[in-house]
Amino acid sequence: MQELISAVIRGVPIGCVYALVALGFVLTYKTSGVFNLAFGAQAFVSAAVYYVLRIRHGWPIWAAFVIAVVLLGPLLGLLLDRALFRYLRTAPTVAKLVTSLGLLVAVPGIVSLLLNFGNSPAYGPTGIMYHGDVAYHFGSYALQRDQIATIVVTLLAAIGLTAIFRFTAIGLRMRAVVESPRMTELAGVNADRVGAVSWMLSSFFAGLAGVLLAPLFPQLSSENYFLLIVAAIAAAAFASLTSLPMAFLGGLLLGIVNQILTVKLPTDSILAQGLRPSLPFVALFLLLVLWPGLKNRREVTDPLAGVDPPPPGFAADERSVALTRATHVFGALVALGFTWWILTQADSFWLALFTQAVVFSVIFLSITVINGMAGQISLCQATFAAIGALATAQLANNFGMSVLATMVIGAVLAAAVGALLALPALRLGGIFLALATLAFALFFENVMVKFSWVSGGRVPPTVPRPVIGSINFNSDKNFFLLSVVVLAIVSVVVIFVRSGTTGRYLDALRSSEVAASSIGINPARARITAFALSAGIAGLGGGLLAIQEKFANYQADFSVVFGLFWVVLVVSIGARTVEGAIQGGFGLKIFPELILLRLLHVSSTWQFIVFGLGAIAYAKNPEGTLEAGKRKSLNFIQRLLDKRAGRASPDDQPVATLDLPPTEPASAVGSEA
Amino acid sequence: MSLLLADAVTKRFAGITALDNVSIDVEADEIVGLIGPNGAGKTTFFNCLLGLLKPDGGEITFDGRDLTRVPTHRRARLGIGRTFQRIELFTGMTPREHLLVAERARRGTGALWKDVIGRGRPTAEEQERAEATLTLLGLMPVADRKVEALSLGIGRLVEVGRALMTEPSLLLLDEPSSGLDRNETSLLASTLREVQRERKMAILLVEHDVDFVRSLVSRVFVLDFGTLIAAGTTHDVFADAAVRRAYLGEMV
Ligand SMILES: Nc1ncnc2c1ncn2[C@@H]1O[C@H](COP(=O)(O)OP(=O)(O)OP(=O)(O)O)[C@@H](O)[C@H]1O
Ligand SMILES: [Mg+2]
Repeated sequence: MQELISAVIRGVPIGCVYALVALGFVLTYKTSGVFNLAFGAQAFVSAAVYYVLRIRHGWPIWAAFVIAVVLLGPLLGLLLDRALFRYLRTAPTVAKLVTSLGLLVAVPGIVSLLLNFGNSPAYGPTGIMYHGDVAYHFGSYALQRDQIATIVVTLLAAIGLTAIFRFTAIGLRMRAVVESPRMTELAGVNADRVGAVSWMLSSFFAGLAGVLLAPLFPQLSSENYFLLIVAAIAAAAFASLTSLPMAFLGGLLLGIVNQILTVKLPTDSILAQGLRPSLPFVALFLLLVLWPGLKNRREVTDPLAGVDPPPPGFAADERSVALTRATHVFGALVALGFTWWILTQADSFWLALFTQAVVFSVIFLSITVINGMAGQISLCQATFAAIGALATAQLANNFGMSVLATMVIGAVLAAAVGALLALPALRLGGIFLALATLAFALFFENVMVKFSWVSGGRVPPTVPRPVIGSINFNSDKNFFLLSVVVLAIVSVVVIFVRSGTTGRYLDALRSSEVAASSIGINPARARITAFALSAGIAGLGGGLLAIQEKFANYQADFSVVFGLFWVVLVVSIGARTVEGAIQGGFGLKIFPELILLRLLHVSSTWQFIVFGLGAIAYAKNPEGTLEAGKRKSLNFIQRLLDKRAGRASPDDQPVATLDLPPTEPASAVGSEA
Repeated sequence: MSLLLADAVTKRFAGITALDNVSIDVEADEIVGLIGPNGAGKTTFFNCLLGLLKPDGGEITFDGRDLTRVPTHRRARLGIGRTFQRIELFTGMTPREHLLVAERARRGTGALWKDVIGRGRPTAEEQERAEATLTLLGLMPVADRKVEALSLGIGRLVEVGRALMTEPSLLLLDEPSSGLDRNETSLLASTLREVQRERKMAILLVEHDVDFVRSLVSRVFVLDFGTLIAAGTTHDVFADAAVRRAYLGEMV
């Protein structure tokens, strides 16, 4: 009993931090509809600045705290709202999600460049108390000064928030928005100001949580902070995404249960080692799938309300046949010339790099399927790739099967896991699918990878290169060719699927789910198919990567954070086309090496900033910068051609649309029928 | 045995009862009207029939089968087709593609493995059937334009065509003439009559345009504030005093 109570007591401070995070998270979700995945990154900003002021410059605690939390926190929130989220208020949820994902990737990069974290790692962050680790004893229970401070500060913050809500004009308006966003919009509340203030408050909470949490980690790293968001979302889901007090309570409970589990589970069991750190993800996943408050969310919304607007047609569809053929011929020539160059001129360094670029292109085609075709965001593509890679290695090592066979089995296994995962999650729709995949990815990383039958334990399992007859793929050139062949096959499959039944069904579903189901399309089945196919492609690419590297190395290649970066990268280049995925593969491998390191001589951290900020443009160009650029240049070429032929360009003709309200008489362009 | 039998269907939204014990029956191959002022619950009734909304009470039987636990896409396969009041087309697709998707959905022959080996494109037979329906509806001249560039009237016909491809034995039309001008409306009426003659199906028609209703249907149901206030032959119902007050009053 006493053991239990002391576990509860130890759980309270960490629960307090979770509660702060949950409050801030629900606040921005309710007022601006943004699922702020970058919340942890914001916490990291304040923690990093606090660290630099305190430890590197030796400032007193109060001064560092005021600058890093009280000033910088709200300022950052204001900046994000004014520069970014203000314009996204009516954007589709997926666009908002991608934007915050872009921030999540870019912000830590910017911070570590600005504050020089790359050169002198930030060891031993301290809390907001002098001698923070000194403990006071209450009877047989003990609390450290830092922990007490955390509890006090959290209570003050909660009281402050309540006071703002109760007694200030803007607080009253915010409460109205939080409680019923639609009503208040009708009543004409200035959503702009409410949005700005809630972003400032939320960001302040993020900063507070960041600084309070810092002493728990031996080193200040953005990855630790990223996990904060999981606790926040779990607590928010507990509150059915609506109630602030419930979110607070949820965070607190999460912290306490976490500590109780530490005590109660036998310490040496893998279950304890795995389950304790992964509790937030398990809780998040179960809440997402089972929590009744979320389950009913779909039923209450208008079934005929619009879904995310469907994407525009492909740029390629708009050009003339001759131009299409010309670009195809040109593309084939470039690919051939490029292959020739690699096989004859490149040294082994570049050969390996380009092979990896090709392999990653395969993996990225899985994002083309799930995002570009199905319009969903999955945050566990790296996990599927890992499943493929680990299965390839383990089956080949333990059962002596040919690696090419185990690579295919790995892909099938990943597809099966994908289908199983999608089954409960898809019912919840876009944003919740994204969150469930994130929870799964973190669960895999923190629990499954610990099992040696999964990841091979401490040493990553080796993978042999295949030998088919007289062709030995131990030769890097042969392996490069094999990768190119796999990429070609997968590309063709993706193009076939896009123009086949599955692709058409997904197109229909994206435009109008009700209309699609009214003609007999099963929405869940179509989406699960897409999800499984995507997982399978990722698994295949993962297996190929393992064979190329001769290791299946989870930590080095497939961690959750990489997976998030992949999504950001592909989405910012263009997730709808096969070229987009291929350019993504080369962007990942060649861009940092060639452009950043060799040409510009800057740190490769810049890639996170470039692509992270690129993803922020997603809301404006959901088709990615590549496709948007292509459309522009194509329009230009087409216009030139048309002018030469003496035709008016199609842009000059007025086009009647069906977007008119139904009561308006529509202008009749097609009335010759 | 009626084709469609809705028995005491009730649907409540927070605060209002959109449908209150509504019972409607439709025989095979018959055109039936469902009229009522704005907000009477007509669209809600359609949504309940197709399973987009779950009724709070009552029972819906189609072709002798209880539909309560049947999901929307299965009801479509059983033979209920529909068009939408607020048009719901697939952006970026042409009328031909709309019909081809629906044809594939009806056959249910699409499978991922067929897509993967490149056998996912429409077959010659599917193309033929789509063209037959396009011709029937007079859509051939615009068959290969993107729907965004077509007029509302054409858009409504595309919706009818898409529903027809699923070979419905009951077609639900939700205000097909709204937003159309006189010419387009009479063209639509004659097209619908021809469609019904050629394809043989029951039609349940929601409409505001009284002439349009009279020209097509034999029987009418009248909804007002979620309750059925009259039912019977077109002639009797339009002569009914309560109906004239509730519905036609504002128009006569
Ligand atoms: N999803 C919903 N949530 C809440 N109320 C709804 C919903 N759908 C419809 N209603 C309400 O139910 C009532 C019936 O609406 P419905 O759209 O069925 O009317 P209708 O007869 O189709 O009208 P109209 O002629 O304008 O199309 C209206 O009061 C409407 O506001
Ligand atoms: Mg209606």
